Amino acid sequence: MPMTITEKILAEHADVDSVNPGDLIQVDVDLALANDITAPMAIEVFEDLGTEDVFDREKIAMIQDHFVPNKDIQSAEQVKIMRTFVLEHGIRHFFELGETGIEHVILPERGLISPGDLVIGADSHTCTYGAMGAFSTGVGSTDLGVIMATGKTWLKVPGSIRVVFEGKLPRWVGGKDLILHTLGILGVSGAVYQSLEFAGEGIAQLSMAHRFTMANMAVEAGAKNGIFEPDDITRRYVEGRCERPGSFYRSDPDASYERVIPIQLDSLEPQVAFPHSPDNVRPLSAVKPIRLDQVFLGSCTNGRLDDLREAASVIKGQKVAKGTRFIVIPGSPAIYRKAMKEGILETFMEAGAVIGPPCCGPCLGGHMGILASGEKALSTSNRNFKGRMGHSESEVYLANPSVAAASAVLGRIGSPAEI
Amino acid sequence: MIVEGRAWKFGDHVDTDLIIPARYLNVSDKKTLAGHCFEDLRPDFALGVRQGDILVAGVNFGCGSSREHAPWAIKAAGVGAVVAKSFARIFYRSAFNIGLPILESEEASQQIVEGDALQLDFETGEIMERHGEKRFLARPVPQFMRSIIEAGGLVAYVKKAQGQGLKA
Repeated sequence: MPMTITEKILAEHADVDSVNPGDLIQVDVDLALANDITAPMAIEVFEDLGTEDVFDREKIAMIQDHFVPNKDIQSAEQVKIMRTFVLEHGIRHFFELGETGIEHVILPERGLISPGDLVIGADSHTCTYGAMGAFSTGVGSTDLGVIMATGKTWLKVPGSIRVVFEGKLPRWVGGKDLILHTLGILGVSGAVYQSLEFAGEGIAQLSMAHRFTMANMAVEAGAKNGIFEPDDITRRYVEGRCERPGSFYRSDPDASYERVIPIQLDSLEPQVAFPHSPDNVRPLSAVKPIRLDQVFLGSCTNGRLDDLREAASVIKGQKVAKGTRFIVIPGSPAIYRKAMKEGILETFMEAGAVIGPPCCGPCLGGHMGILASGEKALSTSNRNFKGRMGHSESEVYLANPSVAAASAVLGRIGSPAEI
Repeated sequence: MIVEGRAWKFGDHVDTDLIIPARYLNVSDKKTLAGHCFEDLRPDFALGVRQGDILVAGVNFGCGSSREHAPWAIKAAGVGAVVAKSFARIFYRSAFNIGLPILESEEASQQIVEGDALQLDFETGEIMERHGEKRFLARPVPQFMRSIIEAGGLVAYVKKAQGQGLKA
């Protein structure tokens, strides 16, 4: 029976020959992860279940990234709960400050995810690993607590929507613009309970960083997962990095899709999502001058080395506009150090940016760079819900890293072509 | 399971940042979370909500982050059930996992107004306005999922099943 890549990975992990959309299946989990916000509740569930040991101490990752370095006593207590649990159960994948970074950046970077894996995380952006041809999705803390005890969970097999990108990527257009444009077509509930599969010659040359950005935001359409078929670019990324070789699945040519969306790239412009929804997108040329109080470059969406390089190439030799704050947060210590060695951090600081330690930063309005009432920010992150980055009367616009850098210089939303 | 309370109306795409803003995610205590539920969207909610009250919303309720703090804040505030046209995937799962009754009904979502006195039968899926003629039948919930809610959530359900000698 013809299957999509998502269906093949699910069938493999349910130990059955084939699955159909709508099937309820029980699957084995290759990696379960939680962060400093969701882990304490998952640990409470695990302890309440009364199970003595975790199912596999090698297959659980606990990442401190949302409120680190801890911003207050409460967040320090949350991490302390994680740290105590990690020591007690010998959990292998826990990273202290200096090693830790954004969960969806460091887990692939450290080779803990392989193509063909089934990964479940107590974080909605767990879908990021679809960039590597893995099935990954977010759940709540209770599901994760049960997985820590049993190594299994139940899933409904999603139908698939195939988004096919044709043509060539214009200058200044990248993965962020492709996914924002897709969100504009689908809407924030356009893929609820579905899998989003990204395909076509238009994305064949996309680097892993751009693919991570796209898979990351599949959940913004309500999707269960976002996925790419792994190819030579994936192979180069995983070789010498991943602990396990992984399985490279491809969708069968005659697999069935609930919907196929063709997108022509040749005329695509950088996209901007307006408040207060990631699907409220407009092409950059249709954006009237909007003054910005803050620009944020970073997050699990756009905090990778390629993102920093692109932004640095725009801002090099320029100055951040007076009255605008520019916050740059590399997604991991490895990215931070490479950016330092390449002179990228110097470029940003020379321009007047402030560099933060690897963490989620102001993306969710909890730490480092929170907005006051009436302020406007442009962010490379994934969500611009009302109040997302601070006061409920603040506004967030989403865009790609080069638009972010240009906007920091201009003090308003603008194009890198203007610099 | 019968839930009785007043309707609080919400629109489409109510996201988890609106249900419980991230600035309160440095705690896991459910009562504390309940005190900030819908703080930015409806500042009158946390103080005004009464035991058993029912939220009635549009499409994609609970979209956004996976924070289980969101359904917990709603439940700990005393909300008896949530009725919506549809729910976001992770919220839907988590609501059952923590024992918060939720039902999907397009008609109920459209026709119920703020303050309606409602009675909801979780077993039959019937939603009734107690003083008028409004009556709706929600999309049925499978028996095993109703059992999870009736047990008070997935952990209680598994423990109960284990106590009865069943394999969880």
